[in-house]
Amino acid sequence: MIKNLLNALLQITKGGIKYYAWIALLLVLIVLGLGVYIKQLDRGLIITAMRDQVSWGLYIANFTFLVGVAAAAVLLVIPAYLYHFKPIKEIVLFGEMVAITAVTMCILFIMVDMGQPLRVWHILPPPIGKMNMPSSILAWDVVVLIGYLLINLFLVIYALSRLSIGKEYKLAPIFPLILISIPLAVSIHTVTAFIYNGLSSRPFWNASILAPRFLASAFCSGPAIMLIILQLIRRFSRIEVDNKAIFKISELIAYTMGINLFLLGAEMYKEFYSESIHNVPLQYLYFGLHDKMRLVPWIWASFIMNAIAFVIFLIPKTRENFVTLNIGAVLIILGVYIEKGLGLIVPGFVPDTLGEIYEYWPFMSEVIITIGIWAVGALLYTLMVKITIPVYTRELLVGGK
Amino acid sequence: MSKKIKHSSGINLDRRTFIKGAAIGLAGTALPLHTADASFLDAFLQKHFREMRDEEIKKVIERLEKEASLEWKKDIRISATKAIPNVKFGYGLDLSRCIGCRKCVYACVEENNQSRIPQIHWITVLRFKKGEKWIDLENSEKYYNPKQIPEPGHFYVPVQCQQCENPPCVKVCPTQATWKDPDGVIVIDYNWCIGCRYCMAACPYGARRFNWAKPNIPTEELNPETHYLGNRPRYKGVVEKCTFCIQRTRVGKYPACVEVCPVGARKFGNLLDPKSEIRYIIENMRVFRLKEDLNTYPKFYYFFTGWQLKTT
Repeated sequence: MIKNLLNALLQITKGGIKYYAWIALLLVLIVLGLGVYIKQLDRGLIITAMRDQVSWGLYIANFTFLVGVAAAAVLLVIPAYLYHFKPIKEIVLFGEMVAITAVTMCILFIMVDMGQPLRVWHILPPPIGKMNMPSSILAWDVVVLIGYLLINLFLVIYALSRLSIGKEYKLAPIFPLILISIPLAVSIHTVTAFIYNGLSSRPFWNASILAPRFLASAFCSGPAIMLIILQLIRRFSRIEVDNKAIFKISELIAYTMGINLFLLGAEMYKEFYSESIHNVPLQYLYFGLHDKMRLVPWIWASFIMNAIAFVIFLIPKTRENFVTLNIGAVLIILGVYIEKGLGLIVPGFVPDTLGEIYEYWPFMSEVIITIGIWAVGALLYTLMVKITIPVYTRELLVGGK
Repeated sequence: MSKKIKHSSGINLDRRTFIKGAAIGLAGTALPLHTADASFLDAFLQKHFREMRDEEIKKVIERLEKEASLEWKKDIRISATKAIPNVKFGYGLDLSRCIGCRKCVYACVEENNQSRIPQIHWITVLRFKKGEKWIDLENSEKYYNPKQIPEPGHFYVPVQCQQCENPPCVKVCPTQATWKDPDGVIVIDYNWCIGCRYCMAACPYGARRFNWAKPNIPTEELNPETHYLGNRPRYKGVVEKCTFCIQRTRVGKYPACVEVCPVGARKFGNLLDPKSEIRYIIENMRVFRLKEDLNTYPKFYYFFTGWQLKTT
């Protein structure tokens, strides 16, 4: 078995010219990002556009978006394991690997956002660190994110090691873990929402609707990413992904996007009809405040993208046509990336608690570091898929024996 | 397993040596001091302040004094004076008197060794036009530069850390790097803060400041009398805040801002002492606290005396 696994690991060195070019591109982006990060370590976070008024920016925006992507793997886990929907059961491993990749990227985004990254061990439980349990939601987030990462890692490694010796993996021993992973997926995103939600000083976040809106939008963007990835895997390998699986996922997206848009409407109504002081950040986001309009075009673009995608996924004809399906998926990824990224973080800080409007917009340094982390994620996923595919198609078994 | 990497210059480099070197090099750039020496490990492994015994604190302070003196080229003394029993500090600010001169802001910068470049201020003085809705701070102005103060038609609201009894910043800190000391002052262990800035998101009063870059203070302006939890020079990447000048108030002096205020708008004292000035103000004046609806229970009381400088 170990020999088979090693054999599978070796697969990452084998590939065509396209594969090598892709890996090389990612490595270049990672090195660029690392270079800027070393500069950030040396000079401090001053090389970002963040300041005391807006103390979180692009890094935390990406973290928030990616927690959603990670959580969305559960939309594959439920139909696959609980309802034994065969077309999805065949691809659930690829969803779990998306979760692993997304959580890893989340941890990287948190690391680059820290002022003192060498002290990260302070956040661990005693006797090593001094984790502030149960009072700090950030501490809870560390627990659920690491728990979710470990469970998904275990599930994937278990499945692969069974498959690598040519056996179907048994559900019984891992079933409790699968059951735990479902509420854990919901909880990683809920806890992340609660990080913002629990601050009474930030009215934009301090709305009860925040966590439900997080889940609704996550369950759109994560599956949309899966749709694209599954089609790529189908094209570049011998793995067959049933159209039924893809159409089932797009049907789920139609529901979740419907809920997402409804919740947005509910929030808009409450803020703008009651006209309390708390609608100021929302006003800044959607209409601008005192002639400061930086986020306005972005959030409207996001709204339009989400609305168009909703229509595409709602109509069976357009969601079962691969051209419109892919357009819809890309629109959702971009739309939610804006909405649950800068569109969520920045208005929490604008205007700040003393009424100042500081218009944050990321500097090139932040953008390069962010691209570097996305490249790490892409590399990680590519390598995992590269190992998984031959195990999955059992190409290795014949060659190995 | 000593795989050799062929270096372009022809030098054979053992892979493990290479990785080790790269790791140390990378860690070196993150050090507060660029001289990586034995004390790096001590600094890295330093315990949480509240978990150290007195002799451990003494040892740590000796090391920190040495480090700081080397770095700032001046003899820096760090005390760790504890809170005085039966004392809970409270602050009063007479809004009728404040003329917006901001002497308090700069006295605070000097006393507490705030960075000059980039500039860090613990006190913000907000200016309002008279007659405007102001309780939500929405109509305030932070950046103003009048020829003469006080300006007619304006009034001022200085804001700094309100030392909440129920501080949201302490609640959210993931590493317990900030806490409420027994005299009610919220302090930060600058050697424990990881720089996540969650406390800044949580604070309703904009009272916490982050060291986005390495603080810069001219040696001759550096105040060498410091407190571990107060005004000792900070590191890059940590959060700092007003501590009611614990290095002064715990030895019986007034905070620097109280001392410097030219119109006597600032009052300070022990809330547990029924004969203190601050208790007199709370019991006899029209007092209010900022954002009381958030249930943070500040120990910072704004009040009105009606005593006002004539503005023509």
